Amino acid sequence: MSELTFEDVTVRFGSGRRAMTAVDRVHLTVPSGAVVGLVGESGSGKSTLARAAVGLTPVAGGRILLDGRPLPRAGRRPLQMVFQDPYSSLDPRMTIGSSIAEAIPRGAVTGAAGRRDEVARLLELVDLSADRAACHPAELSGGQRQRVALARALAGRPDVVIADEITSALDVSIQGTVLNLVRDLHRSLGLSMLFITHDLAVVRYVSDYIAVMYLGRIVEYGPAESVLADPQHPYTRELLAAARRPGREAVDTVPAQVAEAEPADPHHPPPGCRFHPRCPVGPLVHADRAVCRDTAPTGDGRRHRAACHFAGGAADRPGVPPPGDPGS
Amino acid sequence: MTSRARWAGVLRTPVGVAAAVLLGAVLLLAVCAPLLWGGRADEVDTAHILAPASAEHWAGTDNLGRDIFFRVLVATRTSVWLALLATGLGVAVGLLLGTAPLLLGPRLGRLVTAAVNIAVAFPGLLLALSFAVIFGAGASGAVPAIGLAIAPGFARLTQTLSATVAGRDFVAAARIAGVGRIRVLLRHVLPNIAEPLLVNATMAAGGSLLAFAGLSFLGLGVQTPGYDWGRLLGEGLNGIYLNPAAALVPGVAVVLAGLAFNLVGEAAAKAVGPRTATAPVRGASADGIAHGADLPAGQADAVLVVEDLTVSFGPVTPVRGVGFTLRRGESVGIVGESGSGKSLTALAVAQLIEQPGRVEARRLEFLGDDLLRTPPRARPRLLGTSLAMVFQDPMTSFNPVQRIGRQLAEVAEQHLGQRRGPALARAVDRLRAVRIPGAARRARQFPHEFSGGMRQRAMIGMGLMGEPKLIIADEPTTALDVTVQRQVLSLLADVRAADDVAVLLISHDLGVVEQVCDRVLVMYAGRFVEDLPVARLRDGARHPYTRALLGAVPDLATDRDQPLVVIPGRPADPAAPPPGCAFAPRCPLADDHCVRADPALVDDGSGGRVACWHADERPEPVLSAATEGEGR
Amino acid sequence: MTSTTASTAVFAHLSGNPWLRFAARRFGRLLVSVWVLVTAAFLMIHLIPGDPVRAALGNTAPVELVEARRATLGLNNPLWQQYADYLRHLFAGDFGTSMLSGMPVSQVIGDRLPATAELAGLAFALAVLVSIPLGLVMAVLTRGGRRRPVELAFTSGSVLLAVVPEFLVAVGLVYVFSVELGWAPVAMRQGPSSYVLPVLALALGPASVLARIVRVETLAVLQAEYIRTARAKRLPDRRVYLRHALPNALTATITVGGLLLGAMVAGTVLAENVFAWPGLGSTIVSSILAKDYPVVQGVVLVYGLGVLLVNLVVDVALALLDPRSTIRES
Ligand SMILES: Nc1ncnc2c1ncn2[C@@H]1O[C@H](COP(=O)(O)OP(=O)(O)OP(=O)(O)O)[C@@H](O)[C@H]1O
Ligand code: SF4
Ligand code: SF4
Ligand SMILES: [Mg+2]
Repeated sequence: MSELTFEDVTVRFGSGRRAMTAVDRVHLTVPSGAVVGLVGESGSGKSTLARAAVGLTPVAGGRILLDGRPLPRAGRRPLQMVFQDPYSSLDPRMTIGSSIAEAIPRGAVTGAAGRRDEVARLLELVDLSADRAACHPAELSGGQRQRVALARALAGRPDVVIADEITSALDVSIQGTVLNLVRDLHRSLGLSMLFITHDLAVVRYVSDYIAVMYLGRIVEYGPAESVLADPQHPYTRELLAAARRPGREAVDTVPAQVAEAEPADPHHPPPGCRFHPRCPVGPLVHADRAVCRDTAPTGDGRRHRAACHFAGGAADRPGVPPPGDPGS
Repeated sequence: MTSRARWAGVLRTPVGVAAAVLLGAVLLLAVCAPLLWGGRADEVDTAHILAPASAEHWAGTDNLGRDIFFRVLVATRTSVWLALLATGLGVAVGLLLGTAPLLLGPRLGRLVTAAVNIAVAFPGLLLALSFAVIFGAGASGAVPAIGLAIAPGFARLTQTLSATVAGRDFVAAARIAGVGRIRVLLRHVLPNIAEPLLVNATMAAGGSLLAFAGLSFLGLGVQTPGYDWGRLLGEGLNGIYLNPAAALVPGVAVVLAGLAFNLVGEAAAKAVGPRTATAPVRGASADGIAHGADLPAGQADAVLVVEDLTVSFGPVTPVRGVGFTLRRGESVGIVGESGSGKSLTALAVAQLIEQPGRVEARRLEFLGDDLLRTPPRARPRLLGTSLAMVFQDPMTSFNPVQRIGRQLAEVAEQHLGQRRGPALARAVDRLRAVRIPGAARRARQFPHEFSGGMRQRAMIGMGLMGEPKLIIADEPTTALDVTVQRQVLSLLADVRAADDVAVLLISHDLGVVEQVCDRVLVMYAGRFVEDLPVARLRDGARHPYTRALLGAVPDLATDRDQPLVVIPGRPADPAAPPPGCAFAPRCPLADDHCVRADPALVDDGSGGRVACWHADERPEPVLSAATEGEGR
Repeated sequence: MTSTTASTAVFAHLSGNPWLRFAARRFGRLLVSVWVLVTAAFLMIHLIPGDPVRAALGNTAPVELVEARRATLGLNNPLWQQYADYLRHLFAGDFGTSMLSGMPVSQVIGDRLPATAELAGLAFALAVLVSIPLGLVMAVLTRGGRRRPVELAFTSGSVLLAVVPEFLVAVGLVYVFSVELGWAPVAMRQGPSSYVLPVLALALGPASVLARIVRVETLAVLQAEYIRTARAKRLPDRRVYLRHALPNALTATITVGGLLLGAMVAGTVLAENVFAWPGLGSTIVSSILAKDYPVVQGVVLVYGLGVLLVNLVVDVALALLDPRSTIRES
């Protein structure tokens, strides 16, 4: 299969006073055959990154490569995407069969019968019976629509599938079905996937690698177990603390200085490390960490990549003196 | 419903039928009248010049003695034909301009949009007059004049509609699949906006009929020897004292024809527009089981006592007899999937269900006062000061055009009799209490200047304006990010601890409920199916639905090598709950008895309640593949 | 239009104050619109096929006279020069000269404008005063499917009135009140009673459209979550409707109200012709028929400016009423 790479990708919206950088010099790799989970809070730029990859949003800088080559903008589209809202991602006027058939690349099958067979095969692939092809989206439940959307994405014979919050609009009792399907498809077809969600538990369940995004930047990236077991970036640790379950009391370790910090405004991102106004181990808590205010940290390898001057595991939790080399 | 069925539905409303008949008659006249009565309309009769209405000439005669009534009938063709011509022109130009942004790309598109926006601001008549100057007085000038005057409005409508459709994900998906712009327009955009456009074109036809009459009336439209309704009307007006019918008959003709087009449009708009669901429903099952009954009556520290609470909308009963008690300082969570009736239960308790909703209950007591029987006059103060509400979407729960401070202060003015100044001071104080930095400055801001988490805290602050004994929070953190969610939840916990306030927390997220609550009520299809202490949730849940919910959502401890538990089938339809146990169609333990008889919520003697014939039994270990999902 | 952009930029630079920025942006847009309008008015005459002077003076007029008139009007100059002259004259308040009467167009307009402005202003005031309370009360009475008969009566009545154009309303009013009842004078602007019918004729249609919109908007607002919040505060109904529902319903109403006022300005053309009202409306029609193009040009310009002014007022009102609109992109 294929490897998707974002190289120094920047996406901007608007101009002049309203200009904002939604994705800021992002490096990210989706290794061949792997599922990369992308987490981050709302507005951090996850969807924008995805839309840039499939060409729905123009990039202002950097390159998006598939196996080292730029993405083709005509012919077969090697990248396909599944959207969040199952109620808007299928044309209500078209049968689901024709929605799927539309995405089959020209030349992949021959004749009407070929198309019909292909649609049937794809429907079976997502655990829907082939005679559903004649249905209109209105006749399907949210989970079934999401499976049709998956089938449509697979119709393009993609090398990489991007899934943007595909379970968050679904009822709790139905999310499981779709997640199970994603895992099955990944295993049986060996698909590479970029799986976007804001839910760490979901990401943990489906991903091989985890990337954490904050205000347009990837702040941590690494193998899933490693990121979860030994988060390096304070933001990742905060996410993990907030998602901690099962078990009752979420241990509130956030120091008072940043406890009530407001989420940053993407139109006016703070200088230096973008997380510093909220960082529990940053300059607001540790007076000697002024470097965070004016120097943007770059990710480099400790156990895995984390963009923090003071990246580290347990040793660096609040209250514990910082380790030596700040610039690393 | 298919679109054809919906259009047919137009004909089933009385207005639709009347409009269609009227329109049919107008069109028929337009075709036939000149053939039948063309001669009589042009017959000059110098003996009867300017005669008033009589049995012979129903609407009198004109200055050449021609019969006005027949002239009005014959003029139908010219009037309607010219109006349709102008409409066709306007619609065509409008469509071109309206879809241009989609076809030309963003940059050129913006230019077209700006031009259309300027043109739209100018009244059609003014445009038509200006064009009439250019094209000259006469029918051949008036048609393009009116057509071009319609175009901007139609272009704008097309633009807005197509931009909405083009922004939807299915268009994005088609583009990703490599479908070209023109094909996207033809296959995805136009079919989805055709109905409103057609409706609008129909109305535009009515409008241009009237506009044409106006221009002709002014002498700028059809010229002699031709005539249309407007011209006849203008001629008739001169002699309105002598022969009112000469002006009134063409006037009535214009109004009827204009009305015909407009009514057809209106009726169609109703039929194709967004519709309120009128689902066919069965009556709720009346099986006589007293649900949620038998609570120890009259606990001294009970803040809220609910027994057998029902909420119904006409024949649909989304909440079907629920009961629970909340003690001082207690925190209870209600969980369930969407549509299970969680929010309605909360709203009913808060007395916020509006008509046509109906709330009934055997008992509904708040702080010892019977809410069902308290005279309405005495209620506002009690509820306004002692009961606080927090809603799901902090974006929309504040009045967007009022300052936050005022919205809080209002409570003190209304219920505590405070004047403006002190009320505002209290509002600032409360904002401070919910940890809003710079409270005094923030109080002067509008809701859109607050972040989501801050708004939710302000909403809690609003509840603290009085002295709440109960906070009802309906999905207070669903719209928030996890890190912000934690701030809001910990604020709720602090408020609760500080004043011994009871909390009723509604959520679909078991994790949230676990963090905040002492007790969980699990709701399914309008009933509580289980009530248990939070401590027992993970390992002591007895109802199959509760257990399935716990396994269906991954948490940070879920085994990654096992598939998630799947609850087959769809959530129950509140309009048609199954006769027996509502969960039976999805339940792995269901048997014949379950399908026939609805289990009551019974106390298990250890602080829990459960409604299941087979509580505690475990299903055979199945539930593996996704095939078990909500159906193929 | 560089000057516009430049001045806008300067304004914007002056302060980060959103109100100033809004004012600068809005003013820039007004300038662009005025320029478009003036250019359109200028081009209007040049787009007329054939020779407008010949058309105005008739086929029998001697060639010399036509040529002389062309020369005085500057029609023999190159187009760009005519355009420059036109702009220059406009700046000096010179709208040209009537081809027929030889009077300055500005004087014709000055004589006629007050009558039209009065008519439109009164009609708009009447429409607003009637429709907003009516729409609000109707919304409250019929919310949630209550009182179906009332709703039906209101809807059908307002649809009927909205569909019938003002000149037909005018004719109907003349018939009923002047011809049948003899209550009001038929025509002309003489004394207060002569205002009644024209104002009614102009106001009825827009009032019913506006009332319908107020009702629909209020119904939508009553569904909003902040209304539920207001109820959860246990405010009295009156306060919920007047303080929370109405201001929000008005934002949409004002937008449409502005369009209606614009349309009303244009509607005066027809109403004036029915009632022989000595305003701009009767002037423009008679001038079009007489092919007195300078007058037509001037009157179109005045009408257009009126509409632009209304749009400006609407935008400012919206900005005042809706705190979000100042930061919203326009
Ligand atoms: N078309 C656009 N024009 C201007 N700003 C935009 C546009 N699309 C997105 N943004 C902004 O870019 C930022 C990143 O948005 P994006 O949708 O990528 O976030 P996200 O991480 O996917 O959030 P969520 O979890 O809410 O889906 C946000 O601040 C958003 O407001
Ligand atoms: S760089 Fe500094 S502010 Fe940023 S996350 Fe690391 S410690 Fe916190
Ligand atoms: S009563 Fe029967 S169907 Fe209902 S939950 Fe229990 S076992 Fe399942
Ligand atoms: Mg997103």
